[in-house]
Amino acid sequence: MGQSEQPARLLQMSGIGKSFAGVAALKNVDFELRGGEIHALLGANGAGKSTLMKILSGAYEGDEGTVAIDGETLLVRSPADAKKNGIHCVYQEVDTSLVQHLSVAENIMLDRLASSEGSAWIAWGKLNEEAARVLGRLGLRIDVNRAVADLTLAEKQLVLIARLFAQEAKFVILDEPTAPLSLEEADRLFGLMDGLKKAGIGIVFISHRLPEVFRVSDRITVMRDGGVVMNEPAGATNAGEVIRAMLGKSFEEEYPKLPAVIGGPLLETKGLAAGRRVRGVDLTVSSGEIVAVVGLVGAGKTELSRLLFGADVAESGTMTLGSKNILPRSPAEAVEAGIVLVPEERRKEGILVRESVLHNLSLPILKSLSRLGIISGPKEKRHAADTIARLGIKTHRAETATAFLSGGNQQKVAIGKWTSTDAKIFVFDEPTKGVDIGAKRDIFRIIGELAQQGKGILYLTCEFAEALGLADRILVLCDGEIVRSFDRGEATQEDLLYYASAGKEEMA
Amino acid sequence: MNNRVLQFSFKYGAILFIGIVLLFFSLYNEYFLTYNNLADILRSISIVTFVAIGVTISLTVDGFDLSVGSTVSLATVLSATMMVWYEMPLAVVIIVPLVFGAIVGLINAFLIVKVRIPDLLATLAVMYIVSGVHKTYTKGYSIYSNMQMQDGTKAPGAISKQFLWIGQGKLLGVPFPVILMVIAVIAAHLFFKYTRLGRQMIMMGGNEEAARLSGLRVKRVRTIAYVASGVLAAIGGILFTARVGNGQVDAGAPMLMEAVAAVFVGYSVFGAGRPNIIGTFIGAILIGVLVNGMTMMNVEYYTTDIIKGAVLVLALAVTFIHLNRRKN
Repeated sequence: MGQSEQPARLLQMSGIGKSFAGVAALKNVDFELRGGEIHALLGANGAGKSTLMKILSGAYEGDEGTVAIDGETLLVRSPADAKKNGIHCVYQEVDTSLVQHLSVAENIMLDRLASSEGSAWIAWGKLNEEAARVLGRLGLRIDVNRAVADLTLAEKQLVLIARLFAQEAKFVILDEPTAPLSLEEADRLFGLMDGLKKAGIGIVFISHRLPEVFRVSDRITVMRDGGVVMNEPAGATNAGEVIRAMLGKSFEEEYPKLPAVIGGPLLETKGLAAGRRVRGVDLTVSSGEIVAVVGLVGAGKTELSRLLFGADVAESGTMTLGSKNILPRSPAEAVEAGIVLVPEERRKEGILVRESVLHNLSLPILKSLSRLGIISGPKEKRHAADTIARLGIKTHRAETATAFLSGGNQQKVAIGKWTSTDAKIFVFDEPTKGVDIGAKRDIFRIIGELAQQGKGILYLTCEFAEALGLADRILVLCDGEIVRSFDRGEATQEDLLYYASAGKEEMA
Repeated sequence: MNNRVLQFSFKYGAILFIGIVLLFFSLYNEYFLTYNNLADILRSISIVTFVAIGVTISLTVDGFDLSVGSTVSLATVLSATMMVWYEMPLAVVIIVPLVFGAIVGLINAFLIVKVRIPDLLATLAVMYIVSGVHKTYTKGYSIYSNMQMQDGTKAPGAISKQFLWIGQGKLLGVPFPVILMVIAVIAAHLFFKYTRLGRQMIMMGGNEEAARLSGLRVKRVRTIAYVASGVLAAIGGILFTARVGNGQVDAGAPMLMEAVAAVFVGYSVFGAGRPNIIGTFIGAILIGVLVNGMTMMNVEYYTTDIIKGAVLVLALAVTFIHLNRRKN
């Protein structure tokens, strides 16, 4: 492991372009990473940073542009190609990258164990010793004999990064590594990143938390709408400039909120709980009101939405809709009562990708489209054409399989299938995830219109800016409990972040 | 180029294959392409087509009903014993096996939906049980008119003429089972195309969780699918008794594989890429043509199993190569 003696390397991505289903995700992007540098890559969701990094790590193939190390052009067609060139990526889901029942040492030295070269025998003493040396060099103290399954999430992340070091990584992409971590755990991670930096490794650091970005990074690149809008040394800029670069316009300018009349309370829950993720949630949604529930990843938003919709069954608590007591035991019951969900996992849960837009849109209302169990073809087509026009779904024909639509248009289908039901409460779980700007604007407009029609909207998101721009009321969810409620205009992003993570600090 | 060949073979391979087989047999034997022989082929596949429609339904909801073969056997001996042992009127002879077919479907559905055993394993176990039940019921004997009973007496009843007509009669020169089969194929096709329940089954098969989160009562739909599968297999069993004129033990054992082969040949017909009724019908025809032609060529009945198995492998290969490529 002699990286430190080598001169700093230079990784260059130039003129990178990539589109999905005709929608440009990246346009002529240049990005540079030096060995021994921590380079923060920032941008709102959908700005293109993860697409760029997926091209670098070989998960996607770029349509245009080149990747070069020290002036030498590389062919990165697969993650294996990237790794061969010393480019490694640590994704958020650390569990999938580690072998749970093996020890820390085995995981760190996994490449050597998996290789077909060398001795067929395992020298345990040597293996543990080398693993310990790797951890030592990075300033980590984790017992190498422990099973990875017993480690905390933060420790697993550290082990994973140590493994990259053992694999002689030269460039490392850390994709939102701090999102699930407490402040203390994040500190340990920053120490480790410092160790990697001293060893001459170049790090791309993706994070939504600006204070830590300014604390650890040498250089900051900001992306917006598939292009680079800012590239400065960290010392030469500040948080305000970065936020302005990220958003372009302020959220309010970009997505104006539609006025709606807020009526009486519709949905009310008391002490809703199930498992460890939802621990007694009280909330109210009135007609015409958009209530945002914000929280960090793992706060229990998705779990909460599934309870409200009956996808999972609550263990305790009560729910009333209007004046009726309902605690749905299945989605069918929830739909009947008037609660619908647009789930986070759009392609797996929101729509049937192999089926046509036509059939997806009519699925929940087949009953009203049919007589004596026989579906009326003309009625179904008219309904689909109506919904497609009203929601601005971009598709050639209603008969096209939804798999061929862009993410944003798929999401509109997932929403559109509910708009003809007589649902009173619409629950949205991260509806803008992986959606381009244009579709995002449409989605906010649709949500605004639903509120104008007197529907109650529950909007679960980890994008604080969306909650601030869209919601009449914001509830902060932390570790399965609502810890704070803000009225419109009362909170800032910092407030939300503070309360969303503060609960966690007390727990630790 | 390679891709287009594959696309073509997926879409039209089964049809083309039937054409080649027809051509081959008609060149080999001039009797092959006569009305009588073609009617014979259709009559011979009428039973397996009913079973295969059932399998298509269970596959459509992303399940798999392995118990259809032994349900055929059960229905066969039930309808025969109703006449031979108990001298029941025609209505009872037909209704009793249908009821038991529905019960087998309900048991399957209970194990899958309530106990949550995977479809394949649950129906495999039920297959065994039903097979054992039907043999225990007849004490291992086949049922024929005025059969010798174990206590030395003769059974009082015989397979009735009316009943035999179901399997052997003709209407306007067309064998009655063929008419039944065509009606069933059309009805099942319309069911999937135009009814709410049929649509719900298709959607559920596409992605059960997404269907559930669209408010579909997936457990109910799955239960109905298995009951339908059981009832259709029972119809196959009744037709079998009516055709051969006695209640053979294990009559349905070979039906499972033939039905599954038909369904998977049908998977790829016209590039559907999913179970579908028209495809299943074409698959059943292919198998019928093969068996008929080989019989004419004096291929032994046990050897035809090799050919049938090979057709199944071919159909599966084409289907899954295609499905896997589409995934990538």
